Parts: sequence; structure tokens; C-alpha cells
Amino acid sequence: MPILLDNQSKIVVQGFTGSAGSFHAQQCIAYAEECGAPGVVAGVTPGRGGQTHLGRPVFNTVQEAVRSTGANVSLLLVPAPFAADSILEAVDAGISLVIAITEGIPVLDMARVKRAMERANQSGNEVRLIGPNCPGVITPGQCKAGIMPAHIHKPGPVGVVSRSGTLTYEAVDQLTKHGLGQSTVVGIGGDPIAGSSHADILALFEQDPATEAVVMIGEIGGSSEEDAARWARDRMSKPVFGFIAGRTAPPGRRMGHAGAIVEGGSGTHAGKIAALRDCGVTVIENLSEIGQTVARALRKHAEVA
Amino acid sequence: MKLLEHQSKELFRAKGVAVPPSGGAIEDLGRLAAALKRAGRGPWVLKAQVLAGGRGKAGGVKLARTPREARELARQILGMTLISPQTGPQGVKVASLLVEGGAKIERELYLSIVLDRKAACPVVIASAQGGMEIETLAHERPEAIVRVPVDPDQGLLDYQGRRLGYALDIPAERMREFVALAKALCRVFLDYDCSLVEVNPLVLTPKGLLALDGKVIVDDNALFRQKALAALPDLESSRLEREAKRHGISYIGLDGNIGCMVNGAGLAMGTMDTIALAGGTPANFLDVGGAADQQRVTKAFQILLKDRKVKAVLVNIFGGIVRCDMIAAGVIAAVRKVKLKIPLVVRLQGTNVDKGRALLKESGIRLTTAEDLWEAAQKAVAAAKTAAEA
Repeated sequence: MPILLDNQSKIVVQGFTGSAGSFHAQQCIAYAEECGAPGVVAGVTPGRGGQTHLGRPVFNTVQEAVRSTGANVSLLLVPAPFAADSILEAVDAGISLVIAITEGIPVLDMARVKRAMERANQSGNEVRLIGPNCPGVITPGQCKAGIMPAHIHKPGPVGVVSRSGTLTYEAVDQLTKHGLGQSTVVGIGGDPIAGSSHADILALFEQDPATEAVVMIGEIGGSSEEDAARWARDRMSKPVFGFIAGRTAPPGRRMGHAGAIVEGGSGTHAGKIAALRDCGVTVIENLSEIGQTVARALRKHAEVA
Repeated sequence: MKLLEHQSKELFRAKGVAVPPSGGAIEDLGRLAAALKRAGRGPWVLKAQVLAGGRGKAGGVKLARTPREARELARQILGMTLISPQTGPQGVKVASLLVEGGAKIERELYLSIVLDRKAACPVVIASAQGGMEIETLAHERPEAIVRVPVDPDQGLLDYQGRRLGYALDIPAERMREFVALAKALCRVFLDYDCSLVEVNPLVLTPKGLLALDGKVIVDDNALFRQKALAALPDLESSRLEREAKRHGISYIGLDGNIGCMVNGAGLAMGTMDTIALAGGTPANFLDVGGAADQQRVTKAFQILLKDRKVKAVLVNIFGGIVRCDMIAAGVIAAVRKVKLKIPLVVRLQGTNVDKGRALLKESGIRLTTAEDLWEAAQKAVAAAKTAAEA
């Protein structure tokens, strides 16, 4: 049983009929068919209810989509100005996992969304947000809800959690080429306020029998990686491998991602590397060595066992 | 987006935060007399309007007692190259000057509102030690700093304002005024979609509390709904960075000599880091974007080559949504268009990689290919070294 997504997941795509929504929904549908899983069961675009798009029913609201199809995961591809509202709509409709791909959501919108989600969780309506500004989630061989290239993945024992899209693809590709498949690959996104942190996902991987080791990919800015490393030191039995991007990034500049910035001396590359090392995370300095490092360590692990 | 002090103070004024009497910002000496008049009676403070801090020690802030002295000082400041620890050794040119009435300072305090990423909400940070760099204070005397979280829907509440006020030793007769000011600053943060509002120092004067300085950073992601702020000129980016932004390309100029074109922000940083590990120096960060088309690839190439320091180019693309064959076609078109004369190393991986590599080969253009990033970085570093020595 992998984390977050499996071959029973039923996805509703918010922002289904737009050009990005259509393109990516189509890819998710194709992957689910390959896996023999339901995948995308519905789409939502206000004003287009009653139509059929990509062979799936379109609804005006998430609530109707959930009632009619039993969707439990939302894949959100709504433009940034409307994204916060759409996340809250999914939460209100009883969706248990919202995966927000959208880039460029105002950070105060996310602050408000987080508070609303805390209230929902306190009232017993359990819901988790992944993203925003992320590539999504894939459980290879079972289900994809995101924009990642599915063909580089294969099922296996390594969990991956990352703040960056293409950096994740790079890591996954290396793992696959070294014969290591992935249990689930989770993009938590590059924004200052994220629905789930590295530590949140580590906790899920620790509980997941399909995951034997975790690759954690981070970047400068914030303290998500440091917090996760401390969590791993205190609570995690599985090996964690870490890579942090941004060694050469100048302080005070935002490196593409809204959250990738060193502010007032905090969130530095050196600080993160030191924290990871202190907590027993295997730090990988060279991006090109992720695959081989994990492969070597797991082989050793297997020999000892 | 960083705002200048006088722009920040306009936002303060709009929300009812007291600031010193202002004569406005001027760009030439001819407007000084009118500005002094608007600021009221002297002495006046003349303040260089640049985005970097540390202006006072760098000679960018001066007190003028007479109009004549003001004229002399304004002449010195306008057009000067201000060099502070925050500007780097090259400094920044002072294009405008804020003219303000002076204030009689009884006490200096520090107050800012920042986004607390972990708590996922804004937080007020305050200290009775005004005028000091907050990072230094946080490091040396963390107990001297008070933090109060702000509900993004409600703003700062009265009791939270009082909590701050007592922690800062605000006199009882000033408490009401302080709470109003702290609440108003939080309104600035929330209503203008800020990621930072900083007042250092916030001063107690015989006439009341004043925001003597002001620094505001607005969330770039919210500029679509902050139209007035979005219309302000972008002073933070270089000419090349602005040009890139107009074409949907995320570009940041650096000091090295290997130009990079990458898709994705994380991979772009990772590529820069790999160049450094291989013994080279990246000339830029460049994320061509997830929805890059052939035109944008060509544009990205043109932009990174405008940096004269660039001695070699490294293209690193992991095709996901972006197809490698499209990138290859863009690279070929760009190389022909700009008549590239420096070494080019291309590493393609992911979607349609074989088609992309075939296109590059068939094109006959001179380039080096690499299977993985480490190999690509080493080849680019070697090429840049050879080119730099030639």
C-alpha cells in the first residue's frame, strides 16, 4: 500500500477544460488506463457542467462531481487568481487529498487556505494539501495526479519528496536507471507556504510498507528540510538521502521559485547541509550522483540484512 | 518587489501610520527648494532612495540645518554611487532623494511584519532596541525580540497590540497610539499583499510615534491585484533581467563565465551548483519555463549571450512537458540566429530525447553533447577555461 495515491484513487480535475488542464488530464487518464486504475473520473469547470470532455463528465461544482462519481482526490490546474478559492471548494466538498499544481498563488491566499484547512481538520473533515507550485504526485504502476513525465518512473522501494519539479525528474530518472523503482514520488512545491512539508511526507513514508528508503530534495529558503531532518533523526527507521539545490545562489535573490530565497541569513545551503548531516541524513553533494549513491547504500543494506 | 522608502511611506500614510513631514522625492536639484518648503521648517533630513540598507553609514542620509546646506548635501547625494555592505562593492547609483522634516527622537524601537513560513501566517517582530540590524539582535540577544502572529483574516487584534506595547515599554499614555500604529502597519501588510513591512527605527517623539524609516516588499505573485504597485518601475532587476521577465523567462545575472539554459528553477540551481563543483563559475540562473516553445528558447539564448562575460554555454534540459526535440530545434535556430562563436555543451534527457539528439546531429552545428549533467558540467568548465585563456 503506497502513500497518497493508489490504484483505487478517483481524481477530479479542477480546471479540466482549459488548455493546460486538458493536456495534463489526458496524460493522467492514459497512465491510469495503462495501470488498469480509475484515475480521472470527472472534471470541474464552472459553466461547463453537463458536458463530456476527454470521455469524462464535466461538473459545475466539485460537490456535484464528488456526489456523482465518488472522487476523493482533486488535481488542481486552475489559474493562480482563482486557485485559493478552488482549493477551499475541494475541501468543502469533502475531498481528502488536494494536489495543487498552480504556480503563482499570492502567499496571503495560501495563509488563508492553511487556516481554513486547519479548521476543517479540527472539525473532523480530514484533508491534506500537496503543493501549490508543484509537479504533483505519482505512485508508479498505480496512479498519477500531476504533470510529471510518467515514463521515467517505475514501481519500487524508494520514496521521493521534493520542492522542485525538474529536479525530481532528474532524481527519479537516475534511480530508475540504477534499477531502483519508486514507491511514491511527491512534489511538495516551491512556494513559501506549502500544504505539506518534507516532514509530513517523511511521516507517511515511514508508515508505508512499500517504502524502504527516501530521497529528500530541497533547496535554499525556509526550514522545511531542517525540520524534516530533525523529524527523521527522532522518529524514522528508514534511511534518508538528501540533496539541496542552491549552493551558488546569491543571497536576497529569489531563484525562480517564490520560496527559494535566502533571507536575513536563514535558509542557506550551508545551514541546511549541516542540519541534514547532524541528523544522520546521507547528504548527496553532486546532483548527478543521486542514483548511484542510493543504489550503493541499499545494496550494502541488503547484504548486511 | 522591493519598494523604495518614500514609496513604502506612501503606503504607511494611506493606512494612517504617522511618518515625518515629507517634501517628497526629487530627482534633480531644481526641485529642492519646493521640496524643502513642503517638508516645513528645518532642519531637514535628506535620504538617498536606493533599495539597499546601510545608507546612513554609506553617506546617503544627511541632516541639513539651512536651505543652503541642504543644497550642498543634495548635490553630493544625488548621482553618488552608494556603497554599503548590502550593495556589494560596485555600489548603486542614487537617482532620487527624499526630503523630510527632522524629528526629535526620544527613543528608537524596531517593528516589522514578516511572513512566518512555518506558521503559515504573518508575524509581528518587535524590539525595544531600534536602529540595530534585527538579524544581529536575533543572533546576539534573542530574548530582546517579541513575536506575535497575525491572523490574515482579522489583522492584529487590540490585545496583541497591547502585548507588543508592554513588551516594548511603551508609556501608558502612548499605548493607545502605539496599538493603532501597530494595527495600521498590519493593515499595510495585508491590504497591499506584502511579504515584508519593516520600520527601523520606529521612534517616540514629543509629538508622537513616527515611522522614521520604511521598507516594504510586495509579493510578486499578488501584483495582478495590486495594480498601482505593479505599475511602479522595477528597480531591482537589471536590464537583462527585465527583458527576460517580459518573455516569461526567469533570469538572474551572476559573476561567472558559463551561461546556463535550464528548464525548471530547481534544476537550474542544481546546474549552477554542478558547474561550481566541476571547478567553474555560472554566469547566470536561467529557467526557460515549463511551457517553453521554440521562440522562447531562442530568446533565452539571446539574453544569456548578451552577458559579455559568457565564455561557454551549457544547456541542460530534462524533458517532461517540454519535449527535447522542440528544445533542440530552438537551440539550432538560436545558434544560427546569433551566429554563436563560443563553445556550446548540450545535455538533453527525458521526453523525446532521441529525436532531440538526432536533430542536433543532423543540424551540423558545432556543439558538444553529454549524457549526464556531471559530464556536461565538466565539458563546459573545460571549454570556458580554454576560451578564457585564448
